[in-house]
Amino acid sequence: MSAALSGGFADPAIEGAHAFRAALEAMARPGTIRRVAGAAPPAPLSPAAGVLLLVLCDGTTPLHLAGAWDDGAVRDWVRFHTGAPPAPAGEAAFALGDWPSLLPLERFRAGTAEYPDRSATLIVEMGRLAPEGARLTGPGIREAAHLSLPEPLGPLRENAARYPLGVDLFLTCGAHLAALPRSTRIG
Amino acid sequence: MSADGLPWGFAYLDEGTKRMIRRALLKALAVPGLQVPFASREMPMPYGWGTGGVQVTASVLTPDDVLKVIDQGADDTTNAVSIRRFFARTAGVATTTRTAEATVIQTRHRIPETPLREGQILVFQVPIPEPLRFLEPRETETRRMHALAEYGLMHVKLYEDIARHGHIATTYAYPVLVEGRYVMDPSPIPKFDNPKLCSEAILLFGAGREARIHALPPHTRVESLAFEDHPFEPARAAGICALCGAADSYLDEVLTDDRGGRIFVCSDTDFCETRRAGGAS
Repeated sequence: MSAALSGGFADPAIEGAHAFRAALEAMARPGTIRRVAGAAPPAPLSPAAGVLLLVLCDGTTPLHLAGAWDDGAVRDWVRFHTGAPPAPAGEAAFALGDWPSLLPLERFRAGTAEYPDRSATLIVEMGRLAPEGARLTGPGIREAAHLSLPEPLGPLRENAARYPLGVDLFLTCGAHLAALPRSTRIG
Repeated sequence: MSADGLPWGFAYLDEGTKRMIRRALLKALAVPGLQVPFASREMPMPYGWGTGGVQVTASVLTPDDVLKVIDQGADDTTNAVSIRRFFARTAGVATTTRTAEATVIQTRHRIPETPLREGQILVFQVPIPEPLRFLEPRETETRRMHALAEYGLMHVKLYEDIARHGHIATTYAYPVLVEGRYVMDPSPIPKFDNPKLCSEAILLFGAGREARIHALPPHTRVESLAFEDHPFEPARAAGICALCGAADSYLDEVLTDDRGGRIFVCSDTDFCETRRAGGAS
């Protein structure tokens, strides 16, 4: 249990501010990759995903842990550091896992016509994250950006086609993160 | 007391409030132009003084930031000075009046003349975020109109401008269509500033009293509403700045005596001062 008590921010206000700024820039500029620091969560949770949970989750954000991330050590760490209540996919504000364990995306809240913001944010753990691969266009992108998106791409294209409804993604790998909002069109 | 000895947390707001605002900011960026509700807090200043902008700024600031605050383009008005001092005191951040040196700029009713760049964030203070509010007072109805992208009422309003005045008489808070989907109120900036809404910087809008946040990521497609035979025209006063001679900046008209004497000066004080320091006149 003591492992669950360590690995959080040493200075939550300052480290949280820097980490959120990286997440904000990532969401505003899809395809760009940022480095974040401050969290040392238990495996298989990556440091970047741990940082996102510390910055964004609390007792008001139901969290769905998927696949290998629905693990005792991860649950203990999340519960101690964020207090986010565990939730099934359909009720989650945030969801965490690798791509196969998160699919299908239809399970998650995509917002309503009046309130598209009431949708889930998925944190997708990636084996690698590089500025190459799928061609991205849309808000936040000057002409086009490239990002190693999780395969298969089909669910992501369907998600973008539902705009302004849909889920938004953070992609995490080690200490790095990128974002893929629903507004991004995937070539 | 926080680790840095201040009797409040970094940037005044508690961490739970910042998390709530930060989640709203991310959703606002994911759906540009959408008004995202947030649980707006009481701030130590009255509504109408930029409480929405202040809460957004507090949620994005880091100790490394350099903050600039402007009110109608000026760094030296009461509102701008108060907010700048508020963050110098509660967040310990460096402040500046130079647009080029700032990393976060909070603004009331202007976009700086100096082009913004990547790495900068512009935070707008917003009184009424709903562009349809003066046409339809019910929030339930305007929500539905946005859901259905039913913006005929706004076009009728602009058409009535033309029928009555011969041109679109809306000169500030001029409505825009974001990414072809949401009609958005850019806050009461002059329509001269509308072309700058497609920016290299991140634009964030906070309405404290109305408890709404909206956002424009960089390079977002922002079109000012118009008609084919009445295209959008970013207007400015026909004159040049009496102080720096600028012929392309947005101008304020200033009375100089009680006999009708008047001059035009740049509304953006930093732009004007930088030009004068560079010898332009």
